[in-house]
Amino acid sequence: MDTWTFGWSVALIGMGGTVLILWILSLLILMIKKVFPYQPEK
Amino acid sequence: MESALVNGLQGLVVGIVSLTLGQVFMIAVACVLLYLGIAKGYEPLLLVPIGFGAIMVNIPLADMMGKDGFLRFFYDAGVLTEVFPLLIFIGIGAMTDFQPLLQNPKIILLGAAGQFGIFITLLLALALGFDKLDAVAVAVIGACDGPTAIYVSSKFAPHMLGAVSVAAYSYMSLVPLIQPPIMRMLTTTNERQIVMGAAKTAPISKTAKIVFPIVVTIFASILAPKGAPLIATIMLGNLLRESGCVERLKSCSENELTNIVTLLLGLCIGATMEADKFLKAQTLLVLLLGFLAICIDTGVGVLFGKAMCALTGGKINPLIGAAGISAFPMSARVVQAEGQKYNKKSYLLMHAMSANAGGQIGSVIAAAVMLSVLQGMGIVGG
Repeated sequence: MDTWTFGWSVALIGMGGTVLILWILSLLILMIKKVFPYQPEK
Repeated sequence: MESALVNGLQGLVVGIVSLTLGQVFMIAVACVLLYLGIAKGYEPLLLVPIGFGAIMVNIPLADMMGKDGFLRFFYDAGVLTEVFPLLIFIGIGAMTDFQPLLQNPKIILLGAAGQFGIFITLLLALALGFDKLDAVAVAVIGACDGPTAIYVSSKFAPHMLGAVSVAAYSYMSLVPLIQPPIMRMLTTTNERQIVMGAAKTAPISKTAKIVFPIVVTIFASILAPKGAPLIATIMLGNLLRESGCVERLKSCSENELTNIVTLLLGLCIGATMEADKFLKAQTLLVLLLGFLAICIDTGVGVLFGKAMCALTGGKINPLIGAAGISAFPMSARVVQAEGQKYNKKSYLLMHAMSANAGGQIGSVIAAAVMLSVLQGMGIVGG
């Protein structure tokens, strides 16, 4: 694999992958908050 | 008798005779690092052992990084095996409160924008003629995250560990100087004056805080398995913190463990700064690219903040985008200070803390994604 194919592939998949995973994590956080909502102590 | 005296005296002067100009220069560099750490307070926990390690390794004939050298032992045991940065991650996880992120999860996307410097720097490094894996090691300085930079460079380019680590920690400590001019350059006065609504401070349940590190470890590690050690260790530390039932382990992780490993890691990084290996044109390029990486992180973060500002009809102050890097909580404080300069009624700290916590996770995820992509391409082994 030549240098530029390598560089652009890693850059594009890397940026896209990072955004995608963090977006999924934000959805997971929302889900966790819904499943385990805060309940004030009695 | 006479020859015995001469030979004995020779033993005392042989070190001076063997001292090279390069070693003198590197000892001077080490003293600058010590000065920055001790007198200026720039990341002293790392710069002091790094500086001292650099002095030790440049003492002629002491051979502390030789086959049986004292520093070689720790380097082989902790750096070559990648154990030290991972142990530090446990401590970082134990010290980090992800509550601001849990309260405002959308802001985590700013933590992604703050990592773009890694990938743009990769292209710049390749353009400057760096080998593929060397370029990866240089680019990861853009994670703005010392342990991640050390983990990646010790894995793929151990010969560059000294330059990469020094660049990563030096620029992290210079965030208050590097970021503000870029923030001002990319935003208008009106944008900097935007007052954001009160940060969401809705309480988060204890169960949610405990489940968070477990879920992140499982999902993020499955998606980017090559970076699983990075993700798992920081989340393990956070689980120790949030579980509330292992106070001793939490306390050990954020104190004794982190302190001991920081000391040894710092010495080992300094030990890679031997004159004949460090004094190369390539080192200057690494320092330059590292600087650019952090500037690009800040710039892209602010631009992403501007996009969010436009999409929300001006409800988001773009300055908080600059906090999407891993320098926690320093970057959030910089954003707060900068916002206050232009509007005394603007309190950006909690919003910036959310972005900053996102940046901490983002840097680990970005490195994990890059390692997994490299594995997928067959550039590195499985």
